[in-house]
Amino acid sequence: MTCPVTIRIQEDDFDIAREISVLTSSRTDIGAVVTFSGICRADEDSATVAALTLEHYPGMAEEEIRRHADEAVSRWPLNGITVIHRVGRLMPGQNIVLVVTASQHRQAAFQAAEFLMDYLKTSAPFWKKEESATGTGWVEAHARDDEAAARWTKS
Amino acid sequence: MKVKYFAWVRERVGKAEETIEPPASVRTVEELIAWLSGQSEAYAYAFEKPKVIRAAIDRAHVKQDAAIAGAREIAFFPPMTGG
Repeated sequence: MTCPVTIRIQEDDFDIAREISVLTSSRTDIGAVVTFSGICRADEDSATVAALTLEHYPGMAEEEIRRHADEAVSRWPLNGITVIHRVGRLMPGQNIVLVVTASQHRQAAFQAAEFLMDYLKTSAPFWKKEESATGTGWVEAHARDDEAAARWTKS
Repeated sequence: MKVKYFAWVRERVGKAEETIEPPASVRTVEELIAWLSGQSEAYAYAFEKPKVIRAAIDRAHVKQDAAIAGAREIAFFPPMTGG
């Protein structure tokens, strides 16, 4: 089974419909596509966010996402993975991240998308800086994200 | 070796990357953090809570007890907040 993996880090926005079509066109073995998009919210811990600036570690960010995409391919019967993460300054309502997983059946696509997002939040080297009326500051990591990623650890 | 800093670690150190030559007695990531902290107030501020700092050697996550021998690139950064 072939599973093309596409990973992109870019300032530009992405087109979800186009990314689905890239994975599904010219093949007929895919029965399920799951997409997750993360969007810049206007409120974070009750403060009003004016903008987010995303910083990343070029090179390592792509490699870290690829390591987890490869692990997803080894754990679930997948027919395609696309992960796009935006960097730079983003306003509330704008897209931040896209994960697309394709499989014959929905369970694998759902689980792989969740797995990829959980690891993207805790181990891909990206950092958010928040601008609000009270100034700018770096977003703090949440313990709940570590807990979400830990449930995928094989015991 | 080349050292890179990201997010608030970068802001506190005051630079994104540099080349350093720590003495041979500095063998682990933890010891490198302690050595850098002694170099100036900026480093001391960046690494004031050393346990919070995450590290990568040659673009792979490592724990602070990891040996730095042979490392080409070491990065220091806060816990990640992407996604």
